[in-house]
Amino acid sequence: MNGWIVLAAVTLVVVLLAGFYLSMTAGRLDHLHRRIDMSRLALEAQLLRRSSVAIELASSGVLDPATSIVVAEAAHEARTATDGSDVDRALAESDLTAALVAAMDADDVAEVAASAGGPQMLAELDASCRRVQLSRRFLNDAVRACRQLRRQRAVRLFRLAGHTPWPDTWEMDDTVPAGLLEP
Amino acid sequence: MKVGLVCPYAWDVPGGVRSHVADLAVALGDHGHEVSVLAPVDEPADLPAYVVDGGRPISVRYNGSVARLSIGVRATRRVRNWVREGDFDIVHVHEPMAPSLSMLALWASRGPLVATWHSSHDRSRVLAAGYYLAQTVMEKVRGRIAVSEDARRTLVAHVGGDAVLIPNGVRVAAFAGLDRLPDVDPDRPSALFLGRMDESRKGLAVLWEALPAVLEAVPDLQLLVAGPGDVEEQLEDIPAGAEANVRFLGFISDEDKARALRSVDVYVAPHTGGESFGIVLVEAMAAQASVLASDLPAFRRVLADGECGRLFANQDPVALSQGLIELLADPSLRARYVAAADRRVRDFDWDRVVDDVIAVYDSVRTPGEKVTEDLRGQLVGRLNPRGDAAARSDGP
Repeated sequence: MNGWIVLAAVTLVVVLLAGFYLSMTAGRLDHLHRRIDMSRLALEAQLLRRSSVAIELASSGVLDPATSIVVAEAAHEARTATDGSDVDRALAESDLTAALVAAMDADDVAEVAASAGGPQMLAELDASCRRVQLSRRFLNDAVRACRQLRRQRAVRLFRLAGHTPWPDTWEMDDTVPAGLLEP
Repeated sequence: MKVGLVCPYAWDVPGGVRSHVADLAVALGDHGHEVSVLAPVDEPADLPAYVVDGGRPISVRYNGSVARLSIGVRATRRVRNWVREGDFDIVHVHEPMAPSLSMLALWASRGPLVATWHSSHDRSRVLAAGYYLAQTVMEKVRGRIAVSEDARRTLVAHVGGDAVLIPNGVRVAAFAGLDRLPDVDPDRPSALFLGRMDESRKGLAVLWEALPAVLEAVPDLQLLVAGPGDVEEQLEDIPAGAEANVRFLGFISDEDKARALRSVDVYVAPHTGGESFGIVLVEAMAAQASVLASDLPAFRRVLADGECGRLFANQDPVALSQGLIELLADPSLRARYVAAADRRVRDFDWDRVVDDVIAVYDSVRTPGEKVTEDLRGQLVGRLNPRGDAAARSDGP
């Protein structure tokens, strides 16, 4: 008789502890999913800012017409790709990076800097390129932390992640144009 | 932007993290941002306007020394009030692993959170007990910063993931206006050593070994030694006949340290290792002392490969004495180094470093988002599934 009570008590404690652990872990997952969503929005805001500066630069008349077209084209593609899949978007953003890298070597930067309003545009472009880099890094950091937790056996067994899709890192070329790095 | 900074250690006690937070707050203010600093406070009487009293600190043994921290129900209540009423765009906590206000602030808020890791810890006890809970709290941080490579390694080992490296800034302008120390005779050549005297990696022993050769060439040298440690012990190591040239200043305040740097011809940094950044060199450069330093990688980098100060082979007393004699004998050489250093220090000025911090703030914010109180895990939160709805309804 006594043995049964002890067994029941032990079982109860184990079940309670397991329940507590699972509830905490579900909370952690929730935090992480929310952090991913917010980091993603922050990255999108910075990408938008970057393409705006690129369009402004392309339409300022400071760059030669050929370069202007390449940059404007790439910026436009990047903006309209927001309707497509993530992979298409990331590709379009990488293309914009490539266009900016090509357009902004040290000589180009010197020329823009010498024009009216040029220094502000360069500062803005530099700031947005760096922020894209940071945002992407922070987003991927959150994704990695989340994936690590979602790989745990208990999380998979009890489906703690619910229907939230498996998070993806954001892969793109986010090089800051070399010309901007030299003061 | 409205920025809330959290300092885990008592505001009244001088220290690295505390001065970092104070300098950052001033620099952010200079850039037009509104700043509120939450910190444990002993003496609420003469606080700067931007500091909010986070409660009386208690002394706790933590990470190898006695730290003044705030913990407990009352501290938590103050943190929650500060978050609720602050209406911050960013909350940026410092040293989030220290069991104090920073950790509590992360726990009590949600939204764009940034954390800076300052020092290195041993893995063991920090997380052993509260590992799971601490992990939960750390996972809310959207942007992580480390001030040094060591701090970054600590973070990677403890919580995984990565961090952006943004070194400490120096307030260059604050050094320029300082008075010289009255006890340094400006007509005699002078040199300064800073740091714990009995800590071998600060390299005082190398300097003692080099001293006789230096005194032979520069007999009227005044050597100032500032830093904690047992003077009696050092007197045994001083080369015979050199006692009259050496002055011990003992432990000195940050301000006196800056004044001492400003008063001497040469700042000597004979460190033998363990320096991850070399902020003291930047301070010496800002105070317009010419610098003589061992060729550690960190020092080499700060001095732009010897362009802004003279390097000597690490742990080599002969090389040290040659360098020191050269510098003391040649004012124009010193002036050249000081002029080069004057340009170099701007890279380390808070005014520039703060741009990198603001870039991190921007890259974790979504448009229009605010930091709100996190009620999940609270009793009220249990009754309110969205958790932050109560805090939101107060907002605009």
